Amino acid sequence: MNGFPIISLLTFTPLIGAVLLLLKGNKKPGSNPNQFGLGVCGIALLLGVYIAFSFDPAASALQATERFEWIPTLNLSYSVGIDGLSLLMVLLTTLLTPVSLIAAPAKLPRKHHYVALVLLLETGLIGTFTATNFFLWFLYWEICLIPAFFLIRLWGGPNRSDAAVQFFIYTFVGSAGLLLSFLALFAATGTFDFAVLAEQARSGVLTANIANNLGWADIPIKGISLILFCLAFLGVAVKVPLYPFHTWLPSTYAEAPTSITILLTGLMSKMGVYALLRLIVPIFGAQMQILATPLLALAVVTIVFSAFAAYRQEDLKRIFAYSSINHLGYCFLGVFAITSGTGLTESWQNDAGAAFNGVILQMFNHGIIAGLIFFLIARLELRSEGQRGITDFGGLRSVMPLYSTALGVALFASLGLPGLSAFIGEFLIFKGAFGLVKWAPIVSTIGLLLTAIFVLGVIQRLLTGPLNSRWKNLKDLSSEETWVVIPSLLIILIAGVAPQTLIHFINATSLQFINLAAGTP
Amino acid sequence: MTEFSYSALLRLLVPEMILVISALVILAVDLVWARELPSTKRHTIAFSISLFGGLAAVVSLIMGVTISTEGAKWLIVGGATSSVKVGLIGLTLVSLAISIRSQFTKHLGEWYMIALLALVGMMLMASANNLLLAFVALELVSLSFYTLVAFHRSSKDAMEGALKYFLLGGVSAAFTLFGLSFVYGATHALNFTDIATQLAGSSLSPLLTVGMGAIAIGFGFKIAAVPMHLWAPDAYQTAAPPVGSLIASASKLASFYLFARIWSTALGNLSGSVGLENSDLGWVLILTVLAIGSLIIGNLAAIVQTSLKRLLAYSAVAHAGYVLIGLMANTPDGMASVIYYLLTYGLAVTGTFALISLVEETRGNDQIQSFANFHRCYPVEAFCLLIFLLSLAGIPPLAGFFGKFYLFAAALKSPSTSAAMFWLVVGAIAMSAVSLYYYLKVLKQVYVVDTQSRLQRERSDPTLKIIAILMAVGILALGCFPDLIVGDLLADLQ
Repeated sequence: MNGFPIISLLTFTPLIGAVLLLLKGNKKPGSNPNQFGLGVCGIALLLGVYIAFSFDPAASALQATERFEWIPTLNLSYSVGIDGLSLLMVLLTTLLTPVSLIAAPAKLPRKHHYVALVLLLETGLIGTFTATNFFLWFLYWEICLIPAFFLIRLWGGPNRSDAAVQFFIYTFVGSAGLLLSFLALFAATGTFDFAVLAEQARSGVLTANIANNLGWADIPIKGISLILFCLAFLGVAVKVPLYPFHTWLPSTYAEAPTSITILLTGLMSKMGVYALLRLIVPIFGAQMQILATPLLALAVVTIVFSAFAAYRQEDLKRIFAYSSINHLGYCFLGVFAITSGTGLTESWQNDAGAAFNGVILQMFNHGIIAGLIFFLIARLELRSEGQRGITDFGGLRSVMPLYSTALGVALFASLGLPGLSAFIGEFLIFKGAFGLVKWAPIVSTIGLLLTAIFVLGVIQRLLTGPLNSRWKNLKDLSSEETWVVIPSLLIILIAGVAPQTLIHFINATSLQFINLAAGTP
Repeated sequence: MTEFSYSALLRLLVPEMILVISALVILAVDLVWARELPSTKRHTIAFSISLFGGLAAVVSLIMGVTISTEGAKWLIVGGATSSVKVGLIGLTLVSLAISIRSQFTKHLGEWYMIALLALVGMMLMASANNLLLAFVALELVSLSFYTLVAFHRSSKDAMEGALKYFLLGGVSAAFTLFGLSFVYGATHALNFTDIATQLAGSSLSPLLTVGMGAIAIGFGFKIAAVPMHLWAPDAYQTAAPPVGSLIASASKLASFYLFARIWSTALGNLSGSVGLENSDLGWVLILTVLAIGSLIIGNLAAIVQTSLKRLLAYSAVAHAGYVLIGLMANTPDGMASVIYYLLTYGLAVTGTFALISLVEETRGNDQIQSFANFHRCYPVEAFCLLIFLLSLAGIPPLAGFFGKFYLFAAALKSPSTSAAMFWLVVGAIAMSAVSLYYYLKVLKQVYVVDTQSRLQRERSDPTLKIIAILMAVGILALGCFPDLIVGDLLADLQ
């Protein structure tokens, strides 16, 4: 099963780049660390595309697997592999990391450190999306925190210090819950392998194992499982985030350098949804079903409140920070709707399949769209010397027509205009969820409506109206920027018009997932 | 008592003998010949002899001897004990190396000799299989440390720190002896295995309860567990960095190993249990109390410290709390995780003390503020400090992460684990999130804060740099490939 280690190669390419960059240092004045970083990202992107082309969409098993004994004492191995979900996330990572590098200001103090940290983050992200056992997965998941912390702390806005610490502590506490939960599962079953744990959960062996090996006589078995689920879920709820664990996010997104916000919203929040789909649903499906109503309520609250919050913000970055919470709230909605019931009927399977496909599409599309929006905000911020209040601009359409078109399309995509990519994901989630639980999607439509209102408000106040004379000399998109904008827009259009290109990758995964979810008693 | 063969016993103690001889040779050479030389040369000579002695001791440990029934009355050797001893020698040598460039004392010969004697004491602690020998070894270590803390004559507070350490240490030693004598009184045996045999099937008598409590007080003092931790911040702060490093790393390992064996081998029958509703009185309950206090107070008090040494002292209290959890597992896995944790903790702490020594020499004190701009002047050292502190915080892929991971896994896997233990682990993980805050506070100074004044290029110290790099590499290697030591340890312990 160990063929050519293409995934390891992809994972470690950015790491090697980062190490080289740090070793070389910043001694030569003429050297440009950004170009080097982009080169490394380019290699990673090519590898990612290669993996996508060699991926067999019909197979439901993990592909390109690698497995090596690592810590035999504890039965831990280095094992990686991809399915459709992993593949889309890996592609998203390799696409967005270069975007983030291009978005960064050309003159940053200690630029080589900056680029090295971004590359390190890319390694962590790819590792998270490809690891197939908890120990390795958690290693990567935690590694991501360190570069993210330093990127925010060293290059962020005026309140970066508090924001960075808040970000780190919140996510760390969440991870601690995850770790504890899986340690307990490990104590009960002796394995960290996701597939094995999922299989045990499906067949009921897991419950027996917990009952036999976690001899906590004073708590009933159902209680232990629920505690373990809540601990594990905490990690996801903080990371994505879910109301009320979201308080770290707006200040973090706002204070992080905007080029890093691209990675935070585009990729790191996806780690949370990914963890939900990969770790929690297959293993804790039964517990999620018990708690379905409160979970759905939290998802709905997240969707509606964050839309209201976004509506009230003045700072562009904060608006789209809340908007990110809102968009990922739909993913929660979809997942919780699937796990709210058991499904042996055909209509359940259809609805669940639709919702699941919608969740994955939403993850990918939100990554691209939010990435593009934050990229454009970053470039606007550079031109305006840090101004990014919604009322600071106006009429940008007349001085920056190309820029305004790009931002306009991205914003319309973000509010879910049919024909652009986000529509299909949200549509599928709502369609599926509506078939499974009526009330939650109905209430959530308030969020859809409010999103439309505040996004149109941004378009109106930023791009149209009278031109603020301060900005009459702003330059339109540079050729470097079009290199990001055009491919992103193309992806948004293609994924909007022909979503089949993406769904084709995830069909088999989706079927397998639905079978797992249906099998949980 | 029957005829006793001292030569058989001495054969088991070859490594310790080598070190005692090295210590005496250092003293003689320094006294007779090296006194007139410049201090760098004296250091080099003394360190070379220690290094040679240490390596010879390691070789003789690896060669090993088989133990006779006669020897087993007093000592255990081989297996995990040998690994612990090698660790002790390594950590002590690193602490000695930290002192090479430092000016903290004029009495070089004495410093090396006492440090090596402390090492011998610690190795005897690791080997002791008899209450009397264990106590003698403990006292050898304690007396050496009292002296070493007071060695820092240029620091005005060193005497205060040493006196505090000495007074509290004296009281705790009295408690230990008291407790050991109660155990002897109840069982009429001194050998650990004999005690266990005597105790088999018996229940906890009031005599044993008092004895166990008194031993726990002495033990809590050695590992600086709350509420016996008050000496640690002063001793750490006032002692010279090499001494601090020795107390923080090697002494922790030896104390934990000795007491772990007293608890699990000699008093294994009296472990009792902890539950949320009803607990059986026993040492697990006592350790639970110590662990909870240490985790909370250690981590919270560390947050407000302004001196890095004091911060390390409180964080050491907290780390003692984590390790106690592993001890309570009372399984081979638990023991292996405790040893792994303390070895890698020792690497991180000695490395940090090396860098504290560097900063004290160039910037005058160990205040966290003094680390501002550190990464500009010392990029390599700053990166090593990053690794040390993140490893202490338990961030993967560093050794500290696997250490905590393995400890908690062992605790949860233990057959005696109850829901109370689960919540204890929950608390420990939550507190490790707290600990991250103060480690990040230090790293913020190192990497982020820029003092306005342009600092001139400061003197770099190649010895300390090499130590820091070696420790950092060790932490990375053991973090990525923990099986390098865990596998063998576990095999030895089972």
